[in-house]
Amino acid sequence: MQAISFENVSYSYKQADAEYVRNAVDGVTLDIEEGKFIALLGANGSGKSTLAKLINGLLLPVSGEVKVFGKPTVGDDQNGLFEIRRRVGMVFQNPDNQQIASIVEDDIAFGPENIGIDREEIGRRIDRALKVTDMEAFRYSQVSRLSGGQKQRIAIAGALALEPDILILDESTSMLDPKGRKEVMEVARSLNREKGMTVINITHYMDEAAEADEIYLLKEGKLVKSGTPDEVFSDTATIRECGLELPRPAMLAEKLKAAGIISNVKITSKEELAEEICKSLRKN
Amino acid sequence: MLRDLTFGQYYPTTSFVHKLDPRTKLLLLIAYITAVFVAGNFYGLAASLLFLLIAVAFSAVPLWSVLKSVKSILFLVLFTFLLNLFFYAKKEGDTTLFWVITKEGLISALFLASRLILLVMGSSVLTLTTTPVSLTDGIESLLKPLSYIKFPVHELALIMSIALRFIPTLAEETDRIIRAQKARGGDFDSGNVFKRLKALIPILIPLLVGAFRRADELGNAMDARCYSGSKNRTKYKKLKFTFRDLIAALFTAALIAGVILLNNGAI
Repeated sequence: MQAISFENVSYSYKQADAEYVRNAVDGVTLDIEEGKFIALLGANGSGKSTLAKLINGLLLPVSGEVKVFGKPTVGDDQNGLFEIRRRVGMVFQNPDNQQIASIVEDDIAFGPENIGIDREEIGRRIDRALKVTDMEAFRYSQVSRLSGGQKQRIAIAGALALEPDILILDESTSMLDPKGRKEVMEVARSLNREKGMTVINITHYMDEAAEADEIYLLKEGKLVKSGTPDEVFSDTATIRECGLELPRPAMLAEKLKAAGIISNVKITSKEELAEEICKSLRKN
Repeated sequence: MLRDLTFGQYYPTTSFVHKLDPRTKLLLLIAYITAVFVAGNFYGLAASLLFLLIAVAFSAVPLWSVLKSVKSILFLVLFTFLLNLFFYAKKEGDTTLFWVITKEGLISALFLASRLILLVMGSSVLTLTTTPVSLTDGIESLLKPLSYIKFPVHELALIMSIALRFIPTLAEETDRIIRAQKARGGDFDSGNVFKRLKALIPILIPLLVGAFRRADELGNAMDARCYSGSKNRTKYKKLKFTFRDLIAALFTAALIAGVILLNNGAI
Protein backbone atom coordinates (compact mmCIF):
# COMPACT_ATOMS: atom_id res chain seq x y z
CA MET A 1 0.00 0.00 0.00
CA GLN A 2 1.10 3.60 -0.62
CA ALA A 3 1.93 5.16 2.71
CA ILE A 4 2.34 8.65 1.30
CA SER A 5 1.52 10.09 -2.06
CA PHE A 6 2.06 13.61 -3.34
CA GLU A 7 0.30 14.76 -6.48
CA ASN A 8 1.71 17.88 -8.04
CA VAL A 9 2.02 19.50 -4.60
CA SER A 10 3.14 23.09 -4.20
CA TYR A 11 3.51 25.24 -1.13
CA SER A 12 4.72 28.78 -0.56
CA TYR A 13 5.21 30.72 2.64
CA LYS A 14 3.22 33.92 2.68
CA GLN A 15 5.38 36.98 2.85
CA ALA A 16 4.23 40.51 3.42
CA ASP A 17 4.79 42.89 0.49
CA ALA A 18 6.57 40.36 -1.65
CA GLU A 19 5.57 40.49 -5.29
CA TYR A 20 6.96 37.17 -6.29
CA VAL A 21 7.16 34.30 -3.84
CA ARG A 22 9.17 31.27 -4.79
CA ASN A 23 7.43 28.04 -3.97
CA ALA A 24 9.13 26.29 -1.06
CA VAL A 25 7.79 23.05 -2.51
CA ASP A 26 7.15 23.21 -6.23
CA GLY A 27 5.04 20.66 -8.09
CA VAL A 28 6.27 17.58 -6.28
CA THR A 29 4.81 14.22 -7.23
CA LEU A 30 5.94 11.13 -5.40
CA ASP A 31 4.76 7.83 -3.96
CA ILE A 32 6.26 6.25 -0.88
CA GLU A 33 5.53 2.62 -0.26
CA GLU A 34 4.75 1.30 3.21
CA GLY A 35 7.66 -0.16 5.18
CA LYS A 36 10.39 1.66 3.25
CA PHE A 37 13.33 3.54 4.71
CA ILE A 38 13.47 6.77 2.76
CA ALA A 39 16.07 9.50 2.77
CA LEU A 40 15.09 13.00 1.73
CA LEU A 41 18.13 14.92 0.60
CA GLY A 42 18.73 18.51 -0.29
CA ALA A 43 20.79 21.57 0.57
CA ASN A 44 19.57 24.27 2.98
CA GLY A 45 16.42 25.89 1.68
CA SER A 46 15.66 23.08 -0.75
CA GLY A 47 12.24 22.56 0.82
CA LYS A 48 12.91 19.32 2.70
CA SER A 49 11.41 20.43 6.01
CA THR A 50 8.43 22.04 4.27
CA LEU A 51 7.81 18.76 2.50
CA ALA A 52 7.90 16.92 5.83
CA LYS A 53 5.39 19.31 7.39
CA LEU A 54 3.09 18.79 4.41
CA ILE A 55 2.99 15.07 5.14
CA ASN A 56 1.42 15.37 8.60
CA GLY A 57 -0.71 18.38 7.83
CA LEU A 58 1.27 20.91 9.86
CA LEU A 59 1.24 22.71 6.51
CA LEU A 60 -1.47 22.29 3.91
CA PRO A 61 -0.65 22.37 0.20
CA VAL A 62 -1.47 25.53 -1.74
CA SER A 63 -2.14 23.36 -4.77
CA GLY A 64 -2.11 19.65 -5.39
CA GLU A 65 -2.95 16.90 -2.95
CA VAL A 66 -1.11 15.06 -0.20
CA LYS A 67 -2.49 11.67 0.79
CA VAL A 68 -1.49 9.60 3.79
CA PHE A 69 -2.73 6.01 3.49
CA GLY A 70 -5.23 7.23 0.93
CA LYS A 71 -6.60 10.05 3.11
CA PRO A 72 -5.98 13.61 1.89
CA THR A 73 -4.74 16.29 4.29
CA VAL A 74 -7.40 18.97 4.27
CA GLY A 75 -7.84 21.80 6.73
CA ASP A 76 -11.59 21.66 7.27
CA ASP A 77 -11.47 18.02 8.37
CA GLN A 78 -9.97 18.44 11.84
CA ASN A 79 -10.58 14.86 12.94
CA GLY A 80 -9.06 13.49 9.77
CA LEU A 81 -6.04 15.71 10.31
CA PHE A 82 -5.58 14.46 13.88
CA GLU A 83 -5.80 10.88 12.69
CA ILE A 84 -3.08 11.61 10.11
CA ARG A 85 -0.91 13.25 12.77
CA ARG A 86 -1.38 10.24 15.00
CA ARG A 87 -0.25 7.95 12.19
CA VAL A 88 2.70 10.15 11.22
CA GLY A 89 5.12 10.64 14.11
CA MET A 90 7.58 13.47 13.72
CA VAL A 91 10.88 14.26 15.39
CA PHE A 92 12.29 17.72 14.84
CA GLN A 93 15.75 19.17 14.57
CA ASN A 94 16.39 20.84 17.90
CA PRO A 95 16.47 18.34 20.76
CA ASP A 96 15.72 21.12 23.27
CA ASN A 97 12.46 22.34 21.78
CA GLN A 98 10.28 19.26 21.63
CA GLN A 99 9.60 18.11 25.17
CA ILE A 100 6.56 19.55 26.85
CA ALA A 101 6.99 18.12 30.36
CA SER A 102 9.99 18.21 32.69
CA ILE A 103 9.96 14.49 33.45
CA VAL A 104 10.54 11.87 30.76
CA GLU A 105 7.45 9.72 31.39
CA ASP A 106 5.17 12.75 31.62
CA ASP A 107 6.46 13.95 28.28
CA ILE A 108 5.87 10.62 26.57
CA ALA A 109 2.36 10.60 28.03
CA PHE A 110 1.58 13.94 26.34
CA GLY A 111 0.61 12.47 22.96
CA PRO A 112 -1.66 9.66 24.21
CA GLU A 113 -3.25 12.09 26.71
CA ASN A 114 -4.15 14.35 23.80
CA ILE A 115 -6.09 11.65 21.99
CA GLY A 116 -7.88 10.49 25.13
CA ILE A 117 -6.21 7.14 25.83
CA ASP A 118 -7.02 5.79 29.30
CA ARG A 119 -4.42 5.73 32.07
CA GLU A 120 -3.49 2.05 32.15
CA GLU A 121 -2.98 1.95 28.42
CA ILE A 122 -0.81 5.10 28.55
CA GLY A 123 1.35 3.35 31.15
CA ARG A 124 1.77 0.34 28.87
CA ARG A 125 2.59 2.56 25.90
CA ILE A 126 5.25 4.40 27.90
CA ASP A 127 6.80 1.03 28.82
CA ARG A 128 6.89 -0.07 25.21
CA ALA A 129 8.15 3.24 23.81
CA LEU A 130 10.97 3.41 26.35
CA LYS A 131 11.94 -0.19 25.63
CA VAL A 132 12.15 0.31 21.87
CA THR A 133 14.26 3.45 22.27
CA ASP A 134 16.38 1.81 24.97
CA MET A 135 15.65 4.60 27.45
CA GLU A 136 14.00 2.55 30.21
CA ALA A 137 16.53 3.66 32.80
CA PHE A 138 15.53 7.30 32.31
CA ARG A 139 11.78 7.03 32.86
CA TYR A 140 11.77 9.33 35.91
CA SER A 141 14.68 11.53 34.84
CA GLN A 142 14.56 15.23 34.17
CA VAL A 143 14.51 15.92 30.45
CA SER A 144 16.94 18.83 30.85
CA ARG A 145 19.65 16.56 32.26
CA LEU A 146 19.72 14.24 29.23
CA SER A 147 22.21 14.39 26.37
CA GLY A 148 21.15 15.51 22.88
CA GLY A 149 20.95 11.95 21.59
CA GLN A 150 18.91 10.88 24.60
CA LYS A 151 16.54 13.83 24.16
CA GLN A 152 15.98 12.85 20.54
CA ARG A 153 15.31 9.25 21.56
CA ILE A 154 12.74 10.56 24.05
CA ALA A 155 11.22 12.57 21.20
CA ILE A 156 11.00 9.34 19.18
CA ALA A 157 9.43 7.59 22.19
CA GLY A 158 6.92 10.44 22.47
CA ALA A 159 5.96 9.91 18.82
CA LEU A 160 5.83 6.12 19.25
CA ALA A 161 3.38 6.43 22.14
CA LEU A 162 0.80 7.48 19.55
CA GLU A 163 1.49 4.19 17.72
CA PRO A 164 2.25 5.75 14.34
CA ASP A 165 2.84 3.90 11.06
CA ILE A 166 5.24 6.47 9.69
CA LEU A 167 8.14 8.16 11.46
CA ILE A 168 9.63 11.35 10.05
CA LEU A 169 13.02 12.48 11.28
CA ASP A 170 13.28 16.14 10.27
CA GLU A 171 17.05 16.65 10.44
CA SER A 172 16.85 15.07 13.85
CA THR A 173 20.52 14.15 13.92
CA SER A 174 21.94 17.43 12.65
CA MET A 175 22.49 18.97 16.09
CA LEU A 176 23.89 15.82 17.68
CA ASP A 177 27.41 14.60 18.27
CA PRO A 178 28.51 11.44 16.41
CA LYS A 179 27.52 9.23 19.34
CA GLY A 180 24.03 10.75 19.57
CA ARG A 181 23.63 10.44 15.80
CA LYS A 182 24.49 6.78 15.94
CA GLU A 183 22.03 6.13 18.78
CA VAL A 184 19.15 7.83 16.97
CA MET A 185 19.87 6.14 13.65
CA GLU A 186 20.03 2.74 15.33
CA VAL A 187 16.59 3.24 16.84
CA ALA A 188 15.18 4.40 13.49
CA ARG A 189 16.69 1.43 11.65
CA SER A 190 15.40 -1.13 14.13
CA LEU A 191 11.91 0.41 13.98
CA ASN A 192 12.01 0.03 10.22
CA ARG A 193 13.39 -3.52 10.19
CA GLU A 194 11.64 -5.05 13.17
CA LYS A 195 8.31 -3.22 13.24
CA GLY A 196 8.04 -2.54 9.54
CA MET A 197 7.63 1.15 10.18
CA THR A 198 7.96 3.53 7.26
CA VAL A 199 10.81 5.90 8.11
CA ILE A 200 11.52 9.15 6.32
CA ASN A 201 14.88 10.56 7.26
CA ILE A 202 15.46 14.15 6.22
CA THR A 203 19.16 14.71 6.34
CA HIS A 204 22.20 16.23 4.80
CA TYR A 205 24.50 13.48 6.02
CA MET A 206 25.33 11.41 2.97
CA ASP A 207 26.35 8.34 4.92
CA GLU A 208 22.88 8.25 6.49
CA ALA A 209 21.25 8.64 3.09
CA ALA A 210 23.39 5.87 1.63
CA GLU A 211 21.76 3.39 3.99
CA ALA A 212 18.21 4.16 2.88
CA ASP A 213 16.10 2.02 0.56
CA GLU A 214 15.30 5.01 -1.61
CA ILE A 215 16.54 8.55 -1.88
CA TYR A 216 14.56 11.59 -2.95
CA LEU A 217 16.67 14.52 -3.99
CA LEU A 218 15.27 18.03 -3.72
CA LYS A 219 16.51 21.25 -5.22
CA GLU A 220 14.75 24.60 -4.84
CA GLY A 221 11.51 22.87 -3.95
CA LYS A 222 11.58 20.54 -6.95
CA LEU A 223 12.11 16.82 -6.91
CA VAL A 224 15.13 16.39 -9.18
CA LYS A 225 15.93 12.73 -8.73
CA SER A 226 14.77 9.64 -6.93
CA GLY A 227 15.87 6.04 -6.76
CA THR A 228 18.10 3.66 -4.87
CA PRO A 229 21.28 5.10 -3.30
CA ASP A 230 23.36 3.49 -6.05
CA GLU A 231 21.28 5.12 -8.76
CA VAL A 232 21.22 8.53 -7.14
CA PHE A 233 24.86 8.67 -6.13
CA SER A 234 26.09 7.51 -9.53
CA ASP A 235 24.62 10.69 -10.98
CA THR A 236 27.43 12.77 -9.56
CA ALA A 237 26.66 15.81 -11.67
CA THR A 238 23.14 16.18 -10.25
CA ILE A 239 24.38 15.66 -6.70
CA ARG A 240 26.87 18.50 -7.14
CA GLU A 241 24.27 20.70 -8.79
CA CYS A 242 22.11 20.32 -5.70
CA GLY A 243 24.93 21.68 -3.59
CA LEU A 244 25.61 18.35 -1.94
CA GLU A 245 28.67 16.22 -1.49
CA LEU A 246 28.93 12.56 -2.41
CA PRO A 247 29.40 10.07 0.42
CA ARG A 248 33.10 9.56 1.07
CA PRO A 249 33.35 6.08 -0.53
CA ALA A 250 31.55 7.30 -3.65
CA MET A 251 33.83 10.30 -3.84
CA LEU A 252 36.89 8.08 -3.70
CA ALA A 253 35.38 5.66 -6.21
CA GLU A 254 34.83 8.50 -8.67
CA LYS A 255 38.47 9.55 -8.42
CA LEU A 256 39.68 5.96 -8.75
CA LYS A 257 37.57 5.54 -11.85
CA ALA A 258 38.92 8.74 -13.35
CA ALA A 259 42.40 7.34 -12.77
CA GLY A 260 41.32 4.14 -14.49
CA ILE A 261 41.85 1.92 -11.46
CA ILE A 262 38.27 0.68 -11.06
CA SER A 263 35.42 0.49 -13.52
CA ASN A 264 32.24 0.36 -11.42
CA VAL A 265 30.89 3.70 -10.27
CA LYS A 266 27.71 2.60 -8.49
CA ILE A 267 29.38 2.56 -5.13
CA THR A 268 27.97 3.95 -1.90
CA SER A 269 29.43 1.93 0.95
CA LYS A 270 32.92 1.28 2.21
CA GLU A 271 32.44 -2.46 1.73
CA GLU A 272 31.49 -2.14 -1.93
CA LEU A 273 34.49 0.06 -2.54
CA ALA A 274 36.84 -2.34 -0.80
CA GLU A 275 35.51 -5.21 -2.90
CA GLU A 276 35.88 -3.23 -6.10
CA ILE A 277 39.46 -2.29 -5.29
CA CYS A 278 40.31 -5.90 -4.43
CA LYS A 279 38.82 -7.02 -7.76
CA SER A 280 40.90 -4.62 -9.76
CA LEU A 281 44.02 -5.54 -7.79
CA ARG A 282 43.42 -9.21 -8.52
CA LYS A 283 43.01 -8.48 -12.22
CA ASN A 284 46.37 -6.77 -12.44
CA MET B 1 27.18 29.24 36.49
CA LEU B 2 23.44 29.15 35.86
CA ARG B 3 23.30 25.46 35.03
CA ASP B 4 22.04 24.25 38.35
CA LEU B 5 19.43 26.92 38.63
CA THR B 6 16.04 25.41 39.23
CA PHE B 7 12.78 26.91 40.27
CA GLY B 8 12.28 26.60 44.02
CA GLN B 9 14.72 24.52 45.99
CA TYR B 10 13.37 21.00 45.97
CA TYR B 11 15.21 18.78 48.43
CA PRO B 12 15.06 15.27 46.95
CA THR B 13 14.41 12.58 49.54
CA THR B 14 11.49 10.45 50.63
CA SER B 15 9.67 11.39 53.78
CA PHE B 16 6.19 11.63 55.26
CA VAL B 17 5.83 15.21 54.05
CA HIS B 18 7.33 14.46 50.62
CA LYS B 19 4.78 11.71 50.09
CA LEU B 20 1.79 13.89 50.94
CA ASP B 21 -0.51 14.78 48.09
CA PRO B 22 0.52 18.20 46.69
CA ARG B 23 -3.07 19.37 47.10
CA THR B 24 -2.93 18.53 50.79
CA LYS B 25 0.29 20.44 51.16
CA LEU B 26 -1.10 23.47 49.33
CA LEU B 27 -4.28 23.52 51.41
CA LEU B 28 -2.41 22.95 54.66
CA LEU B 29 -0.02 25.76 53.81
CA ILE B 30 -3.01 28.06 53.41
CA ALA B 31 -4.33 26.82 56.76
CA TYR B 32 -0.94 27.38 58.36
CA ILE B 33 -0.71 30.91 56.94
CA THR B 34 -4.19 31.60 58.30
CA ALA B 35 -3.12 30.34 61.73
CA VAL B 36 -0.07 32.59 61.72
CA PHE B 37 -2.23 35.58 60.83
CA VAL B 38 -4.95 34.70 63.33
CA ALA B 39 -2.45 34.30 66.18
CA GLY B 40 -2.85 37.37 68.37
CA ASN B 41 -0.03 36.81 70.79
CA PHE B 42 3.40 35.22 71.08
CA TYR B 43 1.89 31.98 72.40
CA GLY B 44 0.02 31.55 69.12
CA LEU B 45 3.22 32.18 67.14
CA ALA B 46 5.08 29.74 69.39
CA ALA B 47 2.44 27.11 68.64
CA SER B 48 2.88 27.78 64.91
CA LEU B 49 6.64 27.49 65.28
CA LEU B 50 6.23 24.19 67.09
CA PHE B 51 3.96 22.97 64.27
CA LEU B 52 6.53 24.08 61.71
CA LEU B 53 9.39 22.35 63.53
CA ILE B 54 7.42 19.10 63.70
CA ALA B 55 6.62 19.40 59.98
CA VAL B 56 10.32 19.97 59.24
CA ALA B 57 11.23 16.96 61.37
CA PHE B 58 8.80 14.79 59.38
CA SER B 59 10.08 16.13 56.06
CA ALA B 60 13.68 14.93 56.56
CA VAL B 61 14.83 18.30 55.25
CA PRO B 62 17.69 19.80 57.29
CA LEU B 63 16.43 22.72 59.39
CA TRP B 64 19.26 24.75 57.93
CA SER B 65 17.69 24.67 54.44
CA VAL B 66 14.43 26.00 55.86
CA LEU B 67 16.25 28.76 57.74
CA LYS B 68 18.17 29.66 54.60
CA SER B 69 14.92 30.70 52.95
CA VAL B 70 14.67 33.56 55.45
CA LYS B 71 17.95 34.92 54.17
CA SER B 72 16.40 36.12 50.94
CA ILE B 73 13.81 38.23 52.75
CA LEU B 74 16.07 39.36 55.59
CA PHE B 75 16.02 42.89 54.24
CA LEU B 76 12.23 42.94 54.18
CA VAL B 77 12.07 41.58 57.74
CA LEU B 78 14.52 44.21 58.94
CA PHE B 79 12.64 46.94 57.12
CA THR B 80 9.32 45.89 58.62
CA PHE B 81 10.87 45.65 62.05
CA LEU B 82 12.40 49.15 61.93
CA LEU B 83 9.29 50.71 60.41
CA ASN B 84 7.14 49.28 63.17
CA LEU B 85 9.66 50.21 65.80
CA PHE B 86 9.91 53.88 64.85
CA PHE B 87 6.37 54.53 63.67
CA TYR B 88 4.53 52.75 66.43
CA ALA B 89 1.46 54.81 67.37
CA LYS B 90 2.12 55.75 70.96
CA LYS B 91 -0.74 55.23 73.39
CA GLU B 92 -1.38 56.34 76.96
CA GLY B 93 0.60 54.39 79.50
CA ASP B 94 3.28 53.11 77.12
CA THR B 95 6.72 52.92 78.63
CA THR B 96 9.30 54.87 76.66
CA LEU B 97 12.67 53.13 76.48
CA PHE B 98 14.51 55.96 74.72
CA TRP B 99 13.70 58.62 72.11
CA VAL B 100 10.54 57.45 70.22
CA ILE B 101 11.01 53.80 71.00
CA THR B 102 8.55 52.30 73.43
CA LYS B 103 8.46 48.87 75.01
CA GLU B 104 5.09 48.19 73.35
CA GLY B 105 6.44 49.32 69.98
CA LEU B 106 9.39 46.98 70.33
CA ILE B 107 7.09 44.06 71.14
CA SER B 108 4.79 44.83 68.22
CA ALA B 109 7.75 45.10 65.82
CA LEU B 110 9.17 41.81 67.05
CA PHE B 111 5.76 40.21 66.68
CA LEU B 112 5.34 41.28 63.04
CA ALA B 113 8.89 40.28 62.15
CA SER B 114 8.43 36.81 63.65
CA ARG B 115 5.16 36.44 61.79
CA LEU B 116 6.89 37.23 58.51
CA ILE B 117 9.68 34.76 59.22
CA LEU B 118 7.19 32.05 60.09
CA LEU B 119 5.29 32.64 56.85
CA VAL B 120 8.38 32.33 54.69
CA MET B 121 9.64 29.26 56.52
CA GLY B 122 6.27 27.58 56.13
CA SER B 123 6.17 28.24 52.37
CA SER B 124 9.69 26.96 51.99
CA VAL B 125 8.70 23.65 53.59
CA LEU B 126 6.23 23.28 50.71
CA THR B 127 8.73 24.09 47.97
CA LEU B 128 11.47 22.01 49.60
CA THR B 129 9.30 18.91 49.72
CA THR B 130 7.31 19.23 46.48
CA THR B 131 8.65 19.16 42.94
CA PRO B 132 7.48 22.05 40.76
CA VAL B 133 5.81 19.49 38.49
CA SER B 134 3.63 17.98 41.20
CA LEU B 135 2.97 21.46 42.55
CA THR B 136 1.57 22.38 39.14
CA ASP B 137 -0.52 19.20 39.11
CA GLY B 138 -1.84 20.09 42.55
CA ILE B 139 -2.76 23.63 41.54
CA GLU B 140 -4.47 22.36 38.38
CA SER B 141 -6.49 19.86 40.38
CA LEU B 142 -7.48 22.42 43.01
CA LEU B 143 -8.55 24.95 40.40
CA LYS B 144 -10.51 22.39 38.41
CA PRO B 145 -13.94 23.58 39.67
CA LEU B 146 -13.20 26.94 38.05
CA SER B 147 -13.30 25.32 34.60
CA TYR B 148 -17.08 25.19 34.95
CA ILE B 149 -17.15 28.97 34.74
CA LYS B 150 -14.96 28.77 31.59
CA PHE B 151 -11.74 29.57 33.44
CA PRO B 152 -8.90 28.03 31.35
CA VAL B 153 -7.50 25.80 34.10
CA HIS B 154 -5.87 23.24 31.80
CA GLU B 155 -4.24 25.91 29.65
CA LEU B 156 -2.94 27.72 32.71
CA ALA B 157 -1.46 24.52 34.12
CA LEU B 158 0.12 23.70 30.76
CA ILE B 159 1.66 27.16 30.56
CA MET B 160 3.08 26.72 34.06
CA SER B 161 4.54 23.31 33.36
CA ILE B 162 6.07 24.43 30.05
CA ALA B 163 7.58 27.43 31.83
CA LEU B 164 9.09 25.12 34.42
CA ARG B 165 10.33 22.78 31.72
CA PHE B 166 12.14 25.61 29.93
CA ILE B 167 13.79 27.26 32.93
CA PRO B 168 16.91 25.05 32.76
CA THR B 169 17.00 25.33 28.94
CA LEU B 170 16.81 29.12 28.98
CA ALA B 171 19.29 29.34 31.87
CA GLU B 172 21.76 27.35 29.82
CA GLU B 173 21.19 29.60 26.84
CA THR B 174 21.67 32.73 28.98
CA ASP B 175 24.96 31.30 30.15
CA ARG B 176 26.01 30.67 26.56
CA ILE B 177 25.03 34.17 25.43
CA ILE B 178 26.91 35.77 28.34
CA ARG B 179 30.03 33.82 27.42
CA ALA B 180 29.62 34.71 23.75
CA GLN B 181 29.24 38.41 24.59
CA LYS B 182 32.21 38.30 26.94
CA ALA B 183 34.29 36.72 24.19
CA ARG B 184 33.39 39.76 22.07
CA GLY B 185 34.50 42.12 24.80
CA GLY B 186 31.21 42.55 26.63
CA ASP B 187 31.65 43.91 30.14
CA PHE B 188 29.04 43.07 32.74
CA ASP B 189 30.92 43.56 35.99
CA SER B 190 32.01 47.19 36.06
CA GLY B 191 30.41 50.61 36.13
CA ASN B 192 27.46 51.83 38.13
CA VAL B 193 24.03 50.22 38.36
CA PHE B 194 22.71 51.88 35.20
CA LYS B 195 25.74 50.89 33.18
CA ARG B 196 25.38 47.30 34.32
CA LEU B 197 21.68 47.24 33.54
CA LYS B 198 22.43 48.60 30.09
CA ALA B 199 25.00 45.87 29.62
CA LEU B 200 22.21 43.31 30.09
CA ILE B 201 20.42 44.42 26.91
CA PRO B 202 22.71 42.45 24.56
CA ILE B 203 21.90 39.38 26.66
CA LEU B 204 18.17 39.87 26.93
CA ILE B 205 17.47 40.54 23.26
CA PRO B 206 19.02 37.34 21.87
CA LEU B 207 17.41 35.42 24.74
CA LEU B 208 13.99 36.83 23.92
CA VAL B 209 14.35 36.20 20.18
CA GLY B 210 15.52 32.68 20.95
CA ALA B 211 12.55 32.10 23.24
CA PHE B 212 10.14 33.04 20.44
CA ARG B 213 11.89 30.67 18.07
CA ARG B 214 11.66 27.91 20.65
CA ALA B 215 7.99 28.64 21.23
CA ASP B 216 7.34 28.31 17.52
CA GLU B 217 9.11 24.96 17.32
CA LEU B 218 7.46 23.69 20.48
CA GLY B 219 4.09 24.64 19.02
CA ASN B 220 4.86 22.53 15.96
CA ALA B 221 5.98 19.63 18.14
CA MET B 222 2.74 19.87 20.15
CA ASP B 223 0.62 19.97 16.98
CA ALA B 224 2.50 16.98 15.62
CA ARG B 225 1.53 15.09 18.76
CA CYS B 226 -2.18 15.78 18.26
CA TYR B 227 -2.58 18.56 20.83
CA SER B 228 -6.05 20.05 20.58
CA GLY B 229 -6.67 21.78 23.89
CA SER B 230 -8.40 20.33 26.91
CA LYS B 231 -11.35 18.61 25.25
CA ASN B 232 -11.34 14.80 25.28
CA ARG B 233 -8.00 14.85 27.02
CA THR B 234 -7.08 12.21 29.57
CA LYS B 235 -4.51 12.51 32.31
CA TYR B 236 -1.83 9.90 32.93
CA LYS B 237 -0.96 10.94 36.45
CA LYS B 238 -3.74 10.95 38.95
CA LEU B 239 -3.40 12.50 42.38
CA LYS B 240 -4.65 10.41 45.25
CA PHE B 241 -5.43 11.31 48.85
CA THR B 242 -4.24 8.68 51.31
CA PHE B 243 -4.39 8.05 55.04
CA ARG B 244 -1.25 10.14 55.36
CA ASP B 245 -3.11 13.22 54.13
CA LEU B 246 -5.80 12.72 56.73
CA ILE B 247 -3.24 12.61 59.54
CA ALA B 248 -1.58 15.79 58.26
CA ALA B 249 -4.96 17.51 58.00
CA LEU B 250 -5.94 16.54 61.55
CA PHE B 251 -2.59 17.75 62.82
CA THR B 252 -3.10 21.12 61.10
CA ALA B 253 -6.64 21.38 62.47
CA ALA B 254 -5.13 20.93 65.93
CA LEU B 255 -2.80 23.86 65.26
CA ILE B 256 -5.67 26.17 64.25
CA ALA B 257 -7.73 25.12 67.27
CA GLY B 258 -4.71 25.66 69.52
CA VAL B 259 -4.05 29.13 68.12
CA ILE B 260 -7.67 30.19 68.58
CA LEU B 261 -7.69 28.91 72.16
CA LEU B 262 -4.41 30.67 72.91
CA ASN B 263 -5.83 33.89 71.48
CA ASN B 264 -8.68 33.78 73.94
CA GLY B 265 -6.41 32.93 76.78
CA ALA B 266 -8.18 29.61 77.26
CA ILE B 267 -4.94 27.70 77.73
